[in-house]
Amino acid sequence: MDNFERGYVRLLKPIITINTLILGMVSTPLLAQQSTLNMTEGVTGISNTVYNLHMTILYICIAIAVIVFGIMFWSLYQHRKSKGAVAAKFHESTTVEIIWTAIPIVILIGMAIPSTQALILMEDTTEADITIQITGSQWKWHYRYFDHDLEFYSRLTTSQAEINNEIEKQQHYLKEVDNPLVLPINKKVRFLITADDVIHSWWVPAFAVKKDANPGFINEAWTKIDTPGTYRGQCAELCGKDHGFMPIVVTALEPEAFDNWLAQAQVTAKQQLQAEQQSLTQTMDMPTMMSLGEEVYNRACLACHQASGQGIPGAFPALKNSPVALGDVNKHINIVLHGVSGTAMASFAKQLSKKELAAVITFERNAWGNNTGDIVQPSQIDAALTSINQ
Amino acid sequence: MSEIQLKDNADKTILDAPAITTHIDHHSAPHGYKRWLFSTNHKDIGTLYLWFSLTMFFIGGAMAMIIRAELFQPGLQLIEPNFFNQMTTSHGLIMVFGAVMPAFVGLANWMLPLMIGAPDMALPRMNNWSFWILPFAFSLLLLSLFTEGGGPNFGWTFYPPLSTQYSPDSTAMFVFSIHLMGISSIMGAINVIVTIFNMRAPGMTLMKMPMFVWTWLITAFLLIAVMPVLAGAVTMILTDKYFGTSFFDAAGGGDPVLFQHVFWFFGHPEVYIMILPSFGIISAIIPTFARKQLFGYHSMVYATASIAILSFTVWAHHMFTVGLPLAAELFFMYCTMLISVPTGVKIFNWIATLWRGSITFEVPMLFSLAFIVLFTIGGFSGLMLAITPADFQYHDTYFVVAHFHYVLVTGAVFSIMAAAYYWLPKWTGYMFNEKLGKWHFWCSLISVNLLFFPMHFLGLAGMPRRIPDYALQFADINKIVSIGGFLFGLSQLIFVAVVVMAVRGGKKAPAKPWEGAEGLEWTVPSPAPYHTFDTPPEVK
Repeated sequence: MDNFERGYVRLLKPIITINTLILGMVSTPLLAQQSTLNMTEGVTGISNTVYNLHMTILYICIAIAVIVFGIMFWSLYQHRKSKGAVAAKFHESTTVEIIWTAIPIVILIGMAIPSTQALILMEDTTEADITIQITGSQWKWHYRYFDHDLEFYSRLTTSQAEINNEIEKQQHYLKEVDNPLVLPINKKVRFLITADDVIHSWWVPAFAVKKDANPGFINEAWTKIDTPGTYRGQCAELCGKDHGFMPIVVTALEPEAFDNWLAQAQVTAKQQLQAEQQSLTQTMDMPTMMSLGEEVYNRACLACHQASGQGIPGAFPALKNSPVALGDVNKHINIVLHGVSGTAMASFAKQLSKKELAAVITFERNAWGNNTGDIVQPSQIDAALTSINQ
Repeated sequence: MSEIQLKDNADKTILDAPAITTHIDHHSAPHGYKRWLFSTNHKDIGTLYLWFSLTMFFIGGAMAMIIRAELFQPGLQLIEPNFFNQMTTSHGLIMVFGAVMPAFVGLANWMLPLMIGAPDMALPRMNNWSFWILPFAFSLLLLSLFTEGGGPNFGWTFYPPLSTQYSPDSTAMFVFSIHLMGISSIMGAINVIVTIFNMRAPGMTLMKMPMFVWTWLITAFLLIAVMPVLAGAVTMILTDKYFGTSFFDAAGGGDPVLFQHVFWFFGHPEVYIMILPSFGIISAIIPTFARKQLFGYHSMVYATASIAILSFTVWAHHMFTVGLPLAAELFFMYCTMLISVPTGVKIFNWIATLWRGSITFEVPMLFSLAFIVLFTIGGFSGLMLAITPADFQYHDTYFVVAHFHYVLVTGAVFSIMAAAYYWLPKWTGYMFNEKLGKWHFWCSLISVNLLFFPMHFLGLAGMPRRIPDYALQFADINKIVSIGGFLFGLSQLIFVAVVVMAVRGGKKAPAKPWEGAEGLEWTVPSPAPYHTFDTPPEVK
């Protein structure tokens, strides 16, 4: 590169940067995905359509703004009193009123046509290749693969230490989960979206899919991913205290890789079930249950009942010295398994394994000076569940 | 003295008597707290409303400062997520119901009788009551923040089940305070309508009324139409939470989405309640400082009415992601796009008013010009949000936050500032400090754009609203936004200084301090006497 060229590039650089900043014109998918200034183009046909629609309307608005504000500022400059301007007398014209009513209507019709087409496409959830049921609950997502006997919870893995600024934040701070949703590319995936408690909203910008998860109702959406990769989003509807800590991570794989993953995941799930069955015959000791219990507590209970077990008065009840944690153990088990209707206390029967449930209840009955000495065994949980089912 | 007697007296006075009352013996302002507590005088009540609004603006603003401080950098530094949610909720409620709406009612109280040549509002005692409800309503709301479990934390839109099964114990206080605010607004609206229909000076036909009177008349009808709907919504929340009903609980046969329909049937007209009086203010100020009559008065009136009517047919554009049928999504998209037509007409008319005027740039004019540009930017983002497929990406992100702050802060609040500067000489009898006013304007203009413009980028890049902590990619812009926020907050202290100084003294203001001003309010001396237009003026 000779001197002239270098100078030319140096000269252009700020202009390019400004262009990128203001108009977000970075068009390569990779950069667009990382853009911190503009909507992502995403990785689906729909998300591309939406991006183009967004840019078209943005440009129309900018064009109108330039014309309207241009005229306005020209007038402010030219018709200043200090410049000797004398006010004209005109104040009415039906013709111009009709013109500036009609022109916007024509522009709007021009916008409405592609928008309508895109919308019709987006709402067509028929002929899906695979169906995923998505259930939001405070503050995690649950995914169920229809026809594949596979389901799991997906929770935030960012540590409290990172959130509380005690250690350095990692690259995917607040956008990382333990079990991402895994999907095949080039297949039409239908989502059935609902919620267990309050309204959540499942949003992955790269797919241009955002749909509310309403408790008691099922919404439909769909996507067809073009490129393998990891795509991140988060809950978009205020759902309580930890609304900001409810990310979504989707891993998109080639169809063959997806099939392999699915088979493997089903095997793992079966093994877990067997381990669960085995745990019913075991008798656990206090230290094991307390350490497992604390781990489960931090994952599932701490957000509301707090590390101190004291809850948040008026919002979430305390466990420390509480009649539940110190009283009848069966009542305690019952509350944890089935929740308390009309309150924020959810049912944990399906969220945790029997061993985990036993451990966390043991922990709650012995931590923070509760010292009941009770060790709840997995078999007790099993018995409680069976008695309800009968 | 009863109202009937007052009317009799007015009838007996000679028709061509000067409009200005000089005898102030037993009609003068009472002294002490009784003047304010028992006041039935439209000017005093207007003053009360305006001071109340300013106080709430600072309380709500302080909450915004807390929010911006927490969002200054990623991670949790200052406050807990639950308290963060209480701040966003209270900030919204206080700014909407405590700052913007009472400011408009205050302006209506002060200016409507002066503009239509009436001696007072038609229902002065109700006027007193509709103001004095407000301090109780907001005390209740603010006190709920100090109860166990904290105040409302479910967003100012209070969607169930978050606001019912999952809400704090103080929710009943929230519901009751909303009821009180609603009662106050409805009474204020009734008063405005009755005053405008019955107390206009002879010769002032409807189509001769100043635009501010017109826009307030239409606003008052909107208020009466939708505040009861809000009352219904909060009542159902109350019974769902405390009395075992299931309006919004699917487990009992209800539907949480029903709430959103009811809420936004109130909520969307509410948006226009907060902007139509602004249109009236701008339509008064632009002609004054362009020294040229408002262009297209008739079309302005029709455009305002069209906006009001259309405002009842667009509510579900707040709910595009809730799972509406395709036909509903299309209907609400088209109607929402259509609303930009009459709004555009208003903007074009203002620019046509400026065109070939003789323009000067006093502080009220500066705020009005900024209003036109920045409100229009809010209009553009509103149009973008109307496009349903794109809205799926924008919905519940900072793009929406940017949008409604452009229309509410640089729209409604800027127009209120413009109005305050415009009529301050009439209220206080003194010219305000022009230089300080300009400082206030320029500081506000720069900081408000630093505050809200980058929010568009945050939203487009994928940052949801109402989160206390965010991914690292949003860190830089949030920092800029927070700095803008702090500067905007500080700039408003200049406004307080200007107002306090103008109340205390300064250069005496003439009856008509602005060369190009038109209207009856400029025919009475500055400050406006305690009683004006005891004898109605004649309007030609």
